[in-house]
Amino acid sequence: MQAFISSLVSVAFHGVAYGMILYVISVGLSVTMGLMGFTNLAHGVFAMAGGYVLVTSLSRFHLPFALALVLAFVLVAAASVVLERFLYSRLYGASELEQVLFTIGLIFMSVAVARLLYGTLQQPVVLPDYLKGQFALLGRDFPAYRVFLIVFSAAMIGALWFGLERTLWGAMVRAAVDNRAMAQAIGINTRRLFTITFAVGSGLAGLGGALGADIVAIQPTYPFEQLVYFLIVVSVGGLGSLRGPFVAALLIGITDTACKYWLPQFGAFFIYAATIGLLLWRPMGLFGKRT
Amino acid sequence: MNHPVGYNADHRLRWTEWLPWVVALAVFFLLPDYLSLGARVLTYILFALSLDLILGYAGIITLGHAAFFGLGAYVTGILSAKLGVNDPLLQMLCSACAAGLLGLATGALVLRTHGLTQLMLTLAVAAVCLEVANKATPVTGGADGLSGVTVAPILGLFRFDMYGRTAYLWCLVLVFGGWWLIRRLIYSPFGAALTGIRENSVRMHAVGAPVYKRLLTVYTLSAAIAGIAGALLTQTNQFVGLNVLGFEPSGELLVMLILGGVGRLYGAFVGPLVFLIAQDFLARQFPEYWYFGIGLMLVVVVLFARGGILGISDAVIARMRRKA
Repeated sequence: MQAFISSLVSVAFHGVAYGMILYVISVGLSVTMGLMGFTNLAHGVFAMAGGYVLVTSLSRFHLPFALALVLAFVLVAAASVVLERFLYSRLYGASELEQVLFTIGLIFMSVAVARLLYGTLQQPVVLPDYLKGQFALLGRDFPAYRVFLIVFSAAMIGALWFGLERTLWGAMVRAAVDNRAMAQAIGINTRRLFTITFAVGSGLAGLGGALGADIVAIQPTYPFEQLVYFLIVVSVGGLGSLRGPFVAALLIGITDTACKYWLPQFGAFFIYAATIGLLLWRPMGLFGKRT
Repeated sequence: MNHPVGYNADHRLRWTEWLPWVVALAVFFLLPDYLSLGARVLTYILFALSLDLILGYAGIITLGHAAFFGLGAYVTGILSAKLGVNDPLLQMLCSACAAGLLGLATGALVLRTHGLTQLMLTLAVAAVCLEVANKATPVTGGADGLSGVTVAPILGLFRFDMYGRTAYLWCLVLVFGGWWLIRRLIYSPFGAALTGIRENSVRMHAVGAPVYKRLLTVYTLSAAIAGIAGALLTQTNQFVGLNVLGFEPSGELLVMLILGGVGRLYGAFVGPLVFLIAQDFLARQFPEYWYFGIGLMLVVVVLFARGGILGISDAVIARMRRKA
């Protein structure tokens, strides 16, 4: 019994850590898809880029961990603005098929570039000493890095929540998600709003990829392999909301960890089966708007 | 558009439509060293035709079409390697039925949804298939794949020889059959209904067309054809591996079809031909550049040349005619 409870706690703990990472990565995708209706399958590319930025700045330039995280956010956000201005913006209002193909093309290119620069091997993360080891809480030991992940992600999510719910910028984003034409009509510059939101969302993905580099291996096939998970978070959570993807990400994180722990012979089967079931029950996602 | 469809379109065969078959036979007699590559190209042409039917004509966007291809490939592989059923026609029939059934079952769910949800569901179906094939090691061989596939002579008469001559012709016959069926379909009232649904499904509802039933029919048919293509792949390679399932083969197939030109029947011929030949020459020497190249090509096609290779050639021909 004691052993069962401790495995239960451990699964819940690791599941929450994984779910937090999934959320930080996917939330940008949810908001930008809700805002512009752009089907961006290449979102995982930003997460992978963030992971590579972190790994490179730690192992090659020996930068402090905190600075590496900041770099992962800033560099990925900056790169995404360039991409958005020159490429993505040409396809706003294009058909879904064209957006899908275009972003699959971006995935192929990024996979090739990553393989060329870093080879096919998984990149190891050198954690700083203060994040190694165990952290004692309520008579149990937890890996310090996961605790840091959860606390840090929770703080990020809190900041994001505040930004979207309590600031003028957030109000404009929410207005544009609800009705873009109307928002434009009352003088909101949705074009610029979207560029900024896209940059923040991609930066968050980069940050999430960097934070999660220890959990989700950084390797060239990352955007392909993780795409299903990000899309599940967004589609199960519902487009354009903050709360939906959060619930979905936690559910997936915990279910996935539990399945891998107790039923490894089934792999990710239950995640996909549950996704199919959920989407049939609520096609617009758990918290999506009904159209 | 190159190919008007529906009732009123001129459905007679033009002389250019014989070209692919003439070329295919010429390859058989003139380039005996390339027959295995040729069989691969033919297999993917059939697979691309099945995708063109639902994507190009009915407008269903799918990221999981490889599920049907892979199921077909595995059914044939399992029948031969595990159950000792070696008759190629029987293998083909079972693969087509299995893939068709999966198409019917998943289509009944997937086609009720739209947009991102639909995309996600097709992807999830393919992911489930990959996961099952990966984990059910006793049946599918898991990550090692299934080897030891043997194929009996076709109709008891034509043995699969080591030069791949029989395999090539067998593929050619099936591709011809698939092409003939699909060509008949798109010029029929059924084909006209599909294009109508693609262009404006609300209006199709309004005129009383059974949209969901039409889509489900074509989805099942397309799945069965993809299953036949998968069976062909197993029979010509005498091996099945996990690489026939999942997102990457679905993505590559999309690339081939887009490269050739989507929704124009012969795009499904040109795309796999160019893609697989380029892959054969380039991918072995420069794998990184190859992936970068296909990504770049997709982006360029979407941004600048939406009709693919056939679209470009149409535009060039039209311009030349105007000048003359």
